[in-house]
Amino acid sequence: MSANLRTPLSRAVGLGSAKEGVAHWWHQRVSAIALAPLTIWFIWVLFQTIGQDYATVREYLRQPWTATLMISYLVCLFYHGRLGLQVVIEDYVHQRGIETTLQILVKFAAFLIGAASVIAMLRIAVGG
Amino acid sequence: MATQRPLSPHLQVYRPQLTSVLSIIHRMTGVWLCAGGVMLAAWVLAIAQGPQAYAAFTAFAGSWFGKLLFISFLFALYYHLCNGIRHLFWDAGRGYSIESVNRSGLAVLAVSVGATAGTCFALAQRLGVLA
Repeated sequence: MSANLRTPLSRAVGLGSAKEGVAHWWHQRVSAIALAPLTIWFIWVLFQTIGQDYATVREYLRQPWTATLMISYLVCLFYHGRLGLQVVIEDYVHQRGIETTLQILVKFAAFLIGAASVIAMLRIAVGG
Repeated sequence: MATQRPLSPHLQVYRPQLTSVLSIIHRMTGVWLCAGGVMLAAWVLAIAQGPQAYAAFTAFAGSWFGKLLFISFLFALYYHLCNGIRHLFWDAGRGYSIESVNRSGLAVLAVSVGATAGTCFALAQRLGVLA
């Protein structure tokens, strides 16, 4: 029993919400809306690059718009993937320690792989 | 609270339905596409690294295992894209009737399987595999 006799409701009312209740949901939708056309574009990129030699593929990717869209795709992809994996872990991993560890690992991995691929795209786009 | 009661929705006694099966496939393809994202990152990193790294990547991607991975990622991509658009319509409050849900579900299956097969065929033709 808590020493505080006020009900949880009366303690919460009037303090305002953190306004973050649907933030995750919204970020997942907005990144999905961005990914839908980018995915169609990416399939097209596959057709342009498959079977081509190294120099051709690199020249193709370093075009300004191609590099811009590819970086946008990578950022949205790893962000959307991280949000999705977070929910999957929340839903299926019920041991607190393992869950927290996995959640942190997923966030680190998504950022690290995302950052590495964006920097690789920058090297392709502006490097020699 | 650690309770030993069974958790809903009691998967062990539910008959699988089109809706529930498509729903879990959406999650599985989502998780699998994270692996696909790692493959995409490897492709970009190999290109940034140089011709040798790129040759190593294409050697792997061209192997039977690489092709199998590629086709599975392609299907996951199409499925997750189509079913994701279905989800966005639901988010807008549309398409909730049972008939509609079943119809859109079958459409998602047909389009993702068809698009995967069509893309693989077109890519193989482009590679000259089918000649």
